[in-house]
Amino acid sequence: MLVEFLRSARRAGIAVSVAESIEAFAAVDLLGYDDRQTVKDALRLVIAKSDEERERFDECFERFFGIDLVGPAGADLAFMFEPGEPLPPELEALLDSELARILLADDRAQLIRNLHAAAAEVDVAAVRLFTQVNGLARRILEAMGIDALDAAIERLRGAAGPQAEKLAEFLDARRRAVAELARDLVERRLAASGGGEADRMHDEFLRDARLVNVDRRDLERMRVLVRAMGRRLATRYGRTRTHAKRGHLDVRRTLRRSVGFDGVPFRTYWKRHKIQKPRVVLLCDVSGSCAPLAHFLLLFAYSLGEAFSDIRSFAFATNLIDVGETFEKESVDDAIAKIMRKIGFQSSDYGRALATFDKEHIGCIDRTTTVVVLGDGRTNYHNPRVDVLKRIYDRARRVVWLNPEHRVAWGIDDSEMLRYLPYTHVARVCNRLRHLEEVVAELVKAR
Amino acid sequence: MTEVLRPDISSIEAVEAGLIGAKYICNRQTATAIYLAHHLRKPVLVEGPAGVGKTELARATAQYLGLPLVRLQCYEGLDESKALYEWKYGKQLLYTQILKDTFGESLRGIESMAVALEKIADFDDVFFSEQFLDARPLLSALRQPHGAVLLVDEIDKSDQEFEAFLLEILSDYQVTIPEIGTIAATVAPLVVLTSNDSRDLGDALKRRCLHLHIGYPDAKLEERIIDVRVPGVEERLRESLVAFVQKMRTFELKKLPSVSETIDWARALVLLHVTELDAESVRDTLSVLLKYESDIESMKRHVSSIVAAVN
Repeated sequence: MLVEFLRSARRAGIAVSVAESIEAFAAVDLLGYDDRQTVKDALRLVIAKSDEERERFDECFERFFGIDLVGPAGADLAFMFEPGEPLPPELEALLDSELARILLADDRAQLIRNLHAAAAEVDVAAVRLFTQVNGLARRILEAMGIDALDAAIERLRGAAGPQAEKLAEFLDARRRAVAELARDLVERRLAASGGGEADRMHDEFLRDARLVNVDRRDLERMRVLVRAMGRRLATRYGRTRTHAKRGHLDVRRTLRRSVGFDGVPFRTYWKRHKIQKPRVVLLCDVSGSCAPLAHFLLLFAYSLGEAFSDIRSFAFATNLIDVGETFEKESVDDAIAKIMRKIGFQSSDYGRALATFDKEHIGCIDRTTTVVVLGDGRTNYHNPRVDVLKRIYDRARRVVWLNPEHRVAWGIDDSEMLRYLPYTHVARVCNRLRHLEEVVAELVKAR
Repeated sequence: MTEVLRPDISSIEAVEAGLIGAKYICNRQTATAIYLAHHLRKPVLVEGPAGVGKTELARATAQYLGLPLVRLQCYEGLDESKALYEWKYGKQLLYTQILKDTFGESLRGIESMAVALEKIADFDDVFFSEQFLDARPLLSALRQPHGAVLLVDEIDKSDQEFEAFLLEILSDYQVTIPEIGTIAATVAPLVVLTSNDSRDLGDALKRRCLHLHIGYPDAKLEERIIDVRVPGVEERLRESLVAFVQKMRTFELKKLPSVSETIDWARALVLLHVTELDAESVRDTLSVLLKYESDIESMKRHVSSIVAAVN
């Protein structure tokens, strides 16, 4: 049972290593299966390693073990006998069913154990399609000995006396509840196992889907992906920085400096890997033509802000504004909403935006800066001010232009992309999440 | 296991009660973590916002188990020589100076180089023995005769290299000192690591630990905590001040008030002889709860309405 749970936890996207499975077994052995909350706490401690995984774990655990016995099980049927009290022998003789006895004794823990044992027997974990639910539920019931129970109920009905009748009624109600339980169990397993896989496929699909076409209901999920990407990049970037601490002896420099000490290499000098902090200046087009994308571009800019320490972000349509401060102060959603309210959906004027940038912010670009422009280069037939981009190009280390439009559309109508093109080091089509990720990975690596 | 002091660790309830005895009120999850950590001999990685009692948990556990608490505070640039052991260089040097003559004596009259080297090698071993070993927190935790509670505080502040170095200790409870060999723990210490999530920890480390997340407590738990930690608070005041803090955590602030702040605040209120929460005294003492000027400013506006609500 635990193995199955671990399997479905893995499918739900929690990384469970073999060592952790062993731990899980050890923990449960120690604590026993009796108390649900304890088992949950213990497994959670062993398996879930981050907030995200904790959330998934809770969900998965509830799906897998969450069984509500207080269902329709004879709420109006008062117990005739206290649980555990022996039945009159003549009725006892009629029962002859393990399951009936468990139900009468109201031994829920035993019932659940039997249910799970039966589930393991018919290999419920293999369920993939919802069409299998009925059949599997039926087989679980059979494995639990439902036939004997049915026979017992029949016998009780045949017997005379109000007590027997009432007992039959009670067992019948309980039987329905058990049937429900079995069905519920199979459905939960289906959700737990099939669900995870479906989610992963969905994520893969979203990565490759064009950002413009992403459904509104997928936005939330997409956001999670973008944030995850930002985090991943941040960790990777954090790793490269530690290399800078090591180095080889710089023989040339040491010798040269030793001249002052009569040739004794008194002070040693070390070669250092210089890890250049990627200073990034981000220009993001949020105009009407880019509007469907603008949301993602801003989201992306925001996550980049979390990944890089030295980043300046600007958003522009007709005007250009510095959004770095907004990003820092507000939460993601507020920041994006605020920016979109301020300048979103205006018609774009690259010339004017570039001119503003030239006038006010050109100082933030030096030869270590990478400039990233996110936009379609559609100027609405205004002056494109290519000269400004050239100036930026001359000052900056790299100019990267990410265009959501396909290459064939560049230069058609009011797109000035082809005129901007000579003054970029890299120009790329970028309309999928995967593209964004590739570009950023390159930025991080670039030395 | 310790034979002298054997606190009751037979069940989760016992652990919970034991921690309460050490003035630490916790939920069942936390007690389960300590229970499992003890029985499975696994380190516990405690995460959560600042001031919810991560470090305190280690202290309370040590007190409850009757073991010494060995604390290692992590920071950037922490390395083995500060965390594990160091040779007592000064002492070594001093001893060589003192014993200089003895060396000369014993080396006198030896003709061949090989024999002399052998002699010197004998001395060498003496100098790199445990006698000259300066045990730092990790090593001293391993060498405690009855075991210890080892608290590695703010592991996320340390470098990645150090984290990797910890792995040997966390999984096998032993360390390798090249000159001496492997030193294994007499009794495996109970290890508690705390993290504020300032960076993602490596997977290898995560895999070796139990993960405990301590969040802000609910009102009932917090009241019990205040009851234990600040005895002089009357019930009415306690209820309303906890309700006030709970309410405050729903606001968007730079730094939400934590349990430690609640305790401080309760102490402050007792000191000021406040018996009932009113807007005036709250405003005066708000700086105890909030650590940022902007937070205080933004909360001042809401004080009277919250006070009215909680009373």
